[in-house]
Amino acid sequence: MDVLYFAWVRERIGLPREKVESDASTVAELVAELRGREERYEVAFSDLSALRVAVDQELTDFDASLQGAREVAFFPPMTGG
Amino acid sequence: MRVVVQEEPFDLAAETARFAEGEGGSGAIVTFTGVVRNLDDAPLEAMEIEHYPGMTEKALREIAVQAVARFDLQDVLVIHRYGRLIPGAQIMMVATAARHRRSAFDAADFLMDYLKSRAPFWKREITAKGESWVAAKDEDEAALERW
Repeated sequence: MDVLYFAWVRERIGLPREKVESDASTVAELVAELRGREERYEVAFSDLSALRVAVDQELTDFDASLQGAREVAFFPPMTGG
Repeated sequence: MRVVVQEEPFDLAAETARFAEGEGGSGAIVTFTGVVRNLDDAPLEAMEIEHYPGMTEKALREIAVQAVARFDLQDVLVIHRYGRLIPGAQIMMVATAARHRRSAFDAADFLMDYLKSRAPFWKREITAKGESWVAAKDEDEAALERW
């Protein structure tokens, strides 16, 4: 699946998007896998309360299923308007 | 209903006139425009707005559809910019048309509350002292509970 990062999450991880091969069945499992990869992921995902997640461009939560998901995005709380 | 996400500036007067012309006597039109504000402590050189192409348009459309249903709008317009903006530049506008002014005002207020916290935009302030991401405010999230 494609994993996208925005704003300071993108800066901490150092790239805007990447392909991730994962068997994670929920967003939380995917986060755990990413955190185990390298320190920059650990840093970016250290406080999940400061993050939001969208699966296939719909806002959701960290318990959400990744069944059939093509795109997962992580970002800080939005500041539109 | 029209939802536009663009980098280039928009012409507020022309957009408002065009929206009003399309309205054929709905009774009340309200517009709100968000403008890049200068900072109190250090002069703002620019504000950079990042967004999530694809999700942004989808989220804005969903918010606009909700506003139409909830406030019985005759029409709605949302324009939101991204990219590098200087102080005083227009960031975004909403226009609402309804049979009565209260619905038009409330719908514009509702749209703004949802745009702030549910549309995937992120603002970054650039000053002579450095750059920083604008943090979301708790009060913006709390504002959604009004609806």
